[in-house]
Amino acid sequence: MDHSSLAGRIFRGVALALVLVFFMFPIVWILLMSFQTNEQILRIPPHILFEPTLANYEALISGQLRTAAGNLEISFMRNLMNSFVLSSAAVLLALLLGVPAAYAFARFKFRLGESIAFTLLSFRFAPPLLVLLPLSLYYQELGLNDTYFGIVWVYQLIALPLILWIVRGYFEDISPDIEHAYRLAGHTWREAFTRIAVPLAGPGIAAAGLLSFIFCWNNFVFALILASADKQPVTVGALAFVTASGIQYGQIAAAIVLSVTPTLLLALYAQRYLVEGLSLGAVKG
Amino acid sequence: MLPYLLSLPALLVCIAILVPFVTAAVYSLQRYRLNLPYLRGFIGVDNYIDFLSDPAFWNTLRISLVYTASTVVLELLLGLGIALLLRRPTRFHNAVSIVLLLPLMTAPAIAALMWKLMTNPGFGILSYLIGLFGVHDFKWASDPSTALFTVVLVDVWVYTPFIMILLLAGLRSLPRQPFEAAALDGVPTSFVFFRITLPMLAPYIITASLFRLLDSIQQFDIIYAMTQGGPGDRLMVFQVQAYLEFFQYTNVGRSAALLMILWLITNILSNIFIKNWLRLRARAHGHA
Repeated sequence: MDHSSLAGRIFRGVALALVLVFFMFPIVWILLMSFQTNEQILRIPPHILFEPTLANYEALISGQLRTAAGNLEISFMRNLMNSFVLSSAAVLLALLLGVPAAYAFARFKFRLGESIAFTLLSFRFAPPLLVLLPLSLYYQELGLNDTYFGIVWVYQLIALPLILWIVRGYFEDISPDIEHAYRLAGHTWREAFTRIAVPLAGPGIAAAGLLSFIFCWNNFVFALILASADKQPVTVGALAFVTASGIQYGQIAAAIVLSVTPTLLLALYAQRYLVEGLSLGAVKG
Repeated sequence: MLPYLLSLPALLVCIAILVPFVTAAVYSLQRYRLNLPYLRGFIGVDNYIDFLSDPAFWNTLRISLVYTASTVVLELLLGLGIALLLRRPTRFHNAVSIVLLLPLMTAPAIAALMWKLMTNPGFGILSYLIGLFGVHDFKWASDPSTALFTVVLVDVWVYTPFIMILLLAGLRSLPRQPFEAAALDGVPTSFVFFRITLPMLAPYIITASLFRLLDSIQQFDIIYAMTQGGPGDRLMVFQVQAYLEFFQYTNVGRSAALLMILWLITNILSNIFIKNWLRLRARAHGHA
């Protein structure tokens, strides 16, 4: 660590600047592109200064894309809504299922609990297609293919391990003595759970919920396999959009911006929880 | 009774994972093609044995390993470097580390689309910029010789912040005394780095690398969104190959066998990972 020498400080400054440029440039550039017309985008050399237009966003929001070749229907707003519905429903279900289980795993040492926790953890690292491909065949038989419920159910593979392990860590950090005292005062375990444990683990539950939401939103392969066009979230929808209208670069950029904005805002809002959440609670930030 | 009741829903989800998983294992031992259902039958490990003499399989294995090795090594070096730059918790450094989270929070499939726009040979800004340096006809993902480089670049863009954020948390949690003592004794910086910082950071480095290793060998989103495994078979990593076997060639048995092999590899890695991670977790939460 030499903070003092001038050469060292210049080196660190330049290095940090390069890092910022590399990681921020794509986001900034796509954002700029989304406010340009196709003619502006195709100009060479590219211009940093340009007359911004909202036409790309208007086309996406109205669902009508007017091109020289004719009108094109875009269902991108539907994809956006699907992402909201699927991710929120998946996180709510995972919290409902996961928080009581996390509490059980933290408070009672029992074998079944450990087995469940570790099965979920080890499948967090298994190839998703290994479960998804056979599941898609089962879904066809059960009639769950291309239903919101079917997709929300598989999203549990993402959300539930995250919630179980993060929230469990928070419950373990709370001393059981408080709950014991509360129960000695004549309250049931259910009251101890909802009035003492859950509020105390609140920040952990919120962090796990936000992070699960982001991961569900960003997921691509589950819906690629299980959802048809009208149930697809933005990740799959954006790719389909690129294939369908390959040369409408301005609209593609706008679609990208709309797809990533919700998660990036959530990430900025919840950044102090992310470190811990990302490592499943292994590293306290 | 109570703990069992509370974990019942989680148990159901577990079963919902395990049933398809066992099904996949069974499929991998069958001749099973969706387009030829009457040929379906048990064939033992024939699907696996077929791989041994199949150049497509060895191509898949090789590409997956090269992809994994390149991404993990690059991300580790870069992530460690950035974590060291941001080590002192100044307000500016904290702001930078938050901003660097943004690529990580971008959906990988969408990130691939972003880079696709930037590397478009016609108008892409990156094609233009390298043109200024006299590099023309660089076709990025559409040229077999540069496709791997391009998807590795996107992976590095998305996931380096993950390593950085973990190592930064690790660095800042290290005890101060060894560093203060070294500074008092005038120990050279490089000695401090290799003999104090690195060894103390090792558990974090191992956890972060294993985490990335496990994800990277299964990469699907970036590659599928960028080239669907092409050009040709240049980027046919495990999951992309298995996806195409299933949906394009409708060969369920082969697809399942391919995924079982990938699972075997990841299972070994994830067992090592989980052991390591539990140790770190116990330390962070202050209980063994």
